[in-house]
Amino acid sequence: MTGNEGQPGGWLLRGAHRTLTGLHPALESVLAAVVGLLVGAVLMYIWGYDPWRAYWALLRGAYGGSYEIASSIARGVPLVLTALTFAICLRGGMFNIGAEGQMYVGAAAAVCVAYFQLPSWLHVVAGVLFAAVAGAIWSLGPALLKLTRGVHEVISTIMFNWISRFLVFYLVAYVLVDPRQAQRTVRVPLSARFPILVPGTDLSYAVFMAVAFALFAYVLLWHTAVGYEVRAAGLTPTAARYGGISVKRTMLLSFILGGVAAGLAGAATTMGLPPTYAIISGLPELMNLGFDGMAVAMVGRNHPIGILVAALFFGGLNAGGRVMQFYGSNPVPLEMVRVVMGAIVLAMAIPELARVFPALAASGRALVRMLSRKKPVEEAA
Amino acid sequence: MSWSYVLDLLRISLHAMVPITLTATGEIIGETAGLFNIGLEGILLISAFVGALGAGAGGPLVGLLVGMGTGMAIGFLFSVISAYWKGTQMVAGIGINLFGLGFVAFGLIKLGAPGFHAVPAAAQLVKLRTPMGALSPLIFVALLLPFVAYWFLKRTRAGLILKAVGENPEAADVAGINVNLTRLLATTFGGALAGLAGAYLSVAWFGSVTKEISAGRGFIALATVVFSGLNPLLGLVGGIIFGFFQSLATWIKTLPTKTIPWQFVDMLPYIVTLLVVSGVVGRVRFPKALGTPYKRE
Repeated sequence: MTGNEGQPGGWLLRGAHRTLTGLHPALESVLAAVVGLLVGAVLMYIWGYDPWRAYWALLRGAYGGSYEIASSIARGVPLVLTALTFAICLRGGMFNIGAEGQMYVGAAAAVCVAYFQLPSWLHVVAGVLFAAVAGAIWSLGPALLKLTRGVHEVISTIMFNWISRFLVFYLVAYVLVDPRQAQRTVRVPLSARFPILVPGTDLSYAVFMAVAFALFAYVLLWHTAVGYEVRAAGLTPTAARYGGISVKRTMLLSFILGGVAAGLAGAATTMGLPPTYAIISGLPELMNLGFDGMAVAMVGRNHPIGILVAALFFGGLNAGGRVMQFYGSNPVPLEMVRVVMGAIVLAMAIPELARVFPALAASGRALVRMLSRKKPVEEAA
Repeated sequence: MSWSYVLDLLRISLHAMVPITLTATGEIIGETAGLFNIGLEGILLISAFVGALGAGAGGPLVGLLVGMGTGMAIGFLFSVISAYWKGTQMVAGIGINLFGLGFVAFGLIKLGAPGFHAVPAAAQLVKLRTPMGALSPLIFVALLLPFVAYWFLKRTRAGLILKAVGENPEAADVAGINVNLTRLLATTFGGALAGLAGAYLSVAWFGSVTKEISAGRGFIALATVVFSGLNPLLGLVGGIIFGFFQSLATWIKTLPTKTIPWQFVDMLPYIVTLLVVSGVVGRVRFPKALGTPYKRE
C-alpha cells in the first residue's frame, strides 16, 4: 500500500493495523475468501445441499453474462459506501460499526425529497445531500460520546444502530408512510431517481456516486495533509499528538466522513435501486447492508481501491445468491451468503493465514521428494 | 394501576437480567485475562439456536448444555485466533457476529418456518412456582454466579494469575505462567457462559428462536462490563439495571393505555445503556494489555 512501507512502529502497530503492512494483502484476501467459501461448502454439505451445484449457480448468477455482471455491480454499490464508513474510521483508529444505523437514517432522509418538486438533476442532488447530512448528523452521536465521555465506539455505534432502526420503523409507519400503501413509505419521484445506466438491469448512475466517493476518500486520505493526519493519528495517537496533530479533530472528521458515506449508501439504495424506490416496512432492502460493508472493507484491506474490487466480489455473492436460492430442486437459501461472509471475516482475522500457502507448498514438496526417493527402491524390488 | 402489573414488571426484569448478567460475568473473566470479545452477540444468537435444537432432541437440560458447549466452542475458536495466532480481536469478533447472523437465519429456513422456530413445551425448562409467579431456576444461578466469580477473581490464586496475564503478560510469562493458555481458558469459559445465556433465551425464557433473538444483548453485556470496571458484583448491578429497562419496554407495551408509539418504547434499553455507559466511563480502569496479543520479545 502507498506510503506505509518501512514505517517504524514495531509489532504492536502491525497487530492493530496489519492491513497496512501485510506482505501480500491481496493474496491474503483471496485466501480468506477461499476459506470462507470452503466453510460455506462444508456447512451446505452437512445441511444436505449440493455445494457444487449451488456455487455453480451462484457463479453464473453473479458473473455469467452482462446482465448478471450489471446486477452484481448494482448490489455492490451500497456496499462500497458502507465499507468506506468502516475503512475511513479504521484508518482514523476507530472501529465504527455504526454504518448500519447511519445508512437507515440516510435512506429515510433521501425519501423526504418526495415532498417537493425540483428540476430533475437538482432533485437528485437534493436527495443525495439530505442523505449525506443525515448520515453525518447520526454519526455525531457516537463521535461526541467518544470525544467527551470516552465511550467506546463499538458500544455506542451499536446502540445508535438499534435506536435508528426503531426511529426509521417509526418514520416508515407514521411520518413518511404512503397514504395508499401502508406497508411502505412514499416513493421517490422519477425526477429524483438515479437514472438506470444499463437498461433492463438494476444498475443505475448511483454507481458513479460510489466510485467517486471511493476516489475522493483515496485522494483525501493519501494525498492531502488532513488525510495524512487522520492516518497518523490512527496509527499512533501518542506520536501524532506529539507531532502537533489534534487527534480529537481527526477522529471527529473520520466519523463525519464515515457518516456521510453511510448516508449515501442509504440514498443509493432508495434512489438508485429498482424497483421499489421507497423504504418498505421492516427495511428488507436496507437490513444488514452496513454489516456486510464491514466484510467488504476488511477484504478490501480498508483501502478505497481494494474496497471497489471487494464490493464487486460481495455484490456478486449477493446477486448470485439471489439466483442460487431459486436454482435446482433443493435450492440453497440466500442466507448462506452471509454465513460465507462471516467465515471470510473470521479468516481475515488470522494473520498467519498467508503462511498456510507456503507451508502447504513446502509439505507438498517434501511429499514429492519422499515419493521420488522411494520410487527407485520399489522398482528395484 | 393494579399490583399485578408491578409484579409483572418485576418478574420480567428478573428474567431479562439473566442473559446480560451471565454474559457479562463471562466477559469480565475473559477481559481480566486480556482478551476483548465483541463476538458475544453472535455467540448468544448461535447458541440460542443450537440450544433450542438440543432441547428439542433431548430435553431442556441437554439444550442448555448444548448451548453452553456451542458458546464454549466459539469462545475457544476466538481465543485460538486471538491468543495463539495473534489475530485482531475486533475483526474476529465482528466475524463471529456476521457468521451468527447468517447461520441462524439459514438454519431457521432449514427448519421449515422462516424466521421463527418454536421450542416444544416439553423441551422448555420448567419454571419454579413462587409467590412472585413462575420464575426460571436460572435466575438464581445468575444471582449467585457473580459472587462466585468475585470470590474467584479476588481471593484465589487462579484469579490473581488471570489478572497478572491481563495486566502484564511479560511479567506473568517470566514468572512461569503460560500466558496464552490462561487466556484461552478464560475466554473459553466466558464463551461457555455466553452460550448458556443464549440457550436460556430460547429454552428457558422465550420458548422460541427468531433471527433477532439476541437483540443487542451481547453488546449490552459489553456495556455492562464497561460499567462494572471488571468487578462481577457491579456487573450484577449493571445486569439488573439493563434488565429492568429492557423489561420496562416490554412491560409498557403490555399496558392497556397506549400513549407512546412502540418504536420509541423499544429504543429505551439502548438509550439507557448509552446514558449509563457515558456516565461511568473515565472512572473505570481496564487491564493494560487488554486487546493486544502477547508475543515474546
